[in-house]
Amino acid sequence: MGFEVLFKGSNMLRLLSGMLVALRISLISVLISIVFGVALGSLMSLKKPAITVASKIYLEFIRIMPQMVLLFLVYFGTTKALGINMSAETASIIVFSLWGTAEMSDLVRGALGGIPAIQYESSYSLGMTTFQTYVYVIIPQIIRRMLPLSINLITRMIKTTSLVMMIGIVEVLKVGQQIIEANRKSSPNAAFGVYATVFLLYFVVCYVISMFSKHLEKKWKN
Amino acid sequence: MEEILNISNLTKRYDDLVVLDHVNLSVKKGEVIVLVGTSGCGKSTFLRCINALEKIQEGKVSLDGEVINPAGGKLNTVRERIGMVFQSYDLFPHKTVLQNMILAPVKVKKINKKEAEKEALALLDRVGLLSKKDSYPHQLSGGQKQRVAIVRALMMHPEVLLLDEITAALDPEMVREVLDVVISLAREGRTMIIVTHELTFARAVADRMIFIDGGKIVEEGSPEEFFNHPKTDRLKKFLDSFSYD
Ligand SMILES: Nc1ncnc2c1ncn2[C@@H]1O[C@H](COP(=O)(O)OP(=O)(O)OP(=O)(O)O)[C@@H](O)[C@H]1O
Ligand SMILES: [Mg+2]
Repeated sequence: MGFEVLFKGSNMLRLLSGMLVALRISLISVLISIVFGVALGSLMSLKKPAITVASKIYLEFIRIMPQMVLLFLVYFGTTKALGINMSAETASIIVFSLWGTAEMSDLVRGALGGIPAIQYESSYSLGMTTFQTYVYVIIPQIIRRMLPLSINLITRMIKTTSLVMMIGIVEVLKVGQQIIEANRKSSPNAAFGVYATVFLLYFVVCYVISMFSKHLEKKWKN
Repeated sequence: MEEILNISNLTKRYDDLVVLDHVNLSVKKGEVIVLVGTSGCGKSTFLRCINALEKIQEGKVSLDGEVINPAGGKLNTVRERIGMVFQSYDLFPHKTVLQNMILAPVKVKKINKKEAEKEALALLDRVGLLSKKDSYPHQLSGGQKQRVAIVRALMMHPEVLLLDEITAALDPEMVREVLDVVISLAREGRTMIIVTHELTFARAVADRMIFIDGGKIVEEGSPEEFFNHPKTDRLKKFLDSFSYD
């Protein structure tokens, strides 16, 4: 079945460290996206025309663009046009953060908009400050509302990291190709075993994340 | 009796729309005032101005001599001294009944959690909801939620309680249980300003009735004068709009 190549030399270890590269890129991007997404989403909720228009354009631009085109644009485009020399990993983190920030800000805006004004006002009426109101009343509700959709976004981001090999990053899929390539003669069936393993790795990561989210959702059901 | 709340020349505008036009009102300690008027006449706005949830353009609101909502000024920091209950969506959905009640006392008044809980449980017992202390708002009926909202406001020991149509969103069979709580608060001498469309309740609970129309207090008086001998045509017309004969 082609699984035997995985046990040759350090192949399995290489595959795992490829997965780590993918996870590192997504984790950093997710963190950046959360920070900027929350900031941008909050700004959008102020409903200032200039911010609304600018963020709409940004959001639509990111949504229309295939992630791969964005990757090429940032990695090859900026290097050539602006003379900036950035590593492929930096370029992918930028692209994934741009994407994640756009999507996350829209989620934050939606969640904020769904909270009735009375929630703020009854908190103020109890003597709570604006800061206390956000920390104890609004943000916990926002997090609960956003959880399922953010998890969905995060898993989509993780899956999409498979594209970064197109700009030369050796992540799990690329490692897989290399292993298959190197064992073309000795194990002609390696493709199945290797890709199935890659599939399993992605599955395990995304499954763990979605189980964690299900657990929180259940805990917060009330 | 001594004055607790003073509203003088309160004027509230939204752009060109004058909602409240130089309104004056003095509320005595322990007095229960019921505010009525047609929809959109500015009753909610009036309560919100008192609690400094709205900026006002002219006049001022003072609580026990301290200005709490000056015209054009910064909104107050003594809101905790005035309690307010709204029509619905008051309770924080991610917190249990008990957590809802102790949040502000613990965070704002820095009261010890155990003590706050003890007081909360006593209040819940009083409104017949002790068994619901660990329930979440979505597990309560509308009437139960409003009773919790009232006792949550009481946890801050407010000097004045503002109630804005707190039974308007309830099914008819739940109105009574909430209004009974309000009546018991009136009996123990709480100062309250109540907006309601329940005129029978108003008659029972009010020390003074106030009718707002056109941004002004058009008529005020004891419930007996107000309902039985209205002086102005506008109030007569308003009261007539409630009867079907
Ligand atoms: N944020 C706002 N911006 C502009 N106009 C407002 C705003 N809030 C209220 N108004 C207007 O102020 C007027 C008074 O509103 P308010 O809610 O105080 O009326 P109300 O007497 O409480 O009515 P109801 O009995 O329907 O609750 C209304 O004409 C309303 O349209
Ligand atoms: Mg109203």
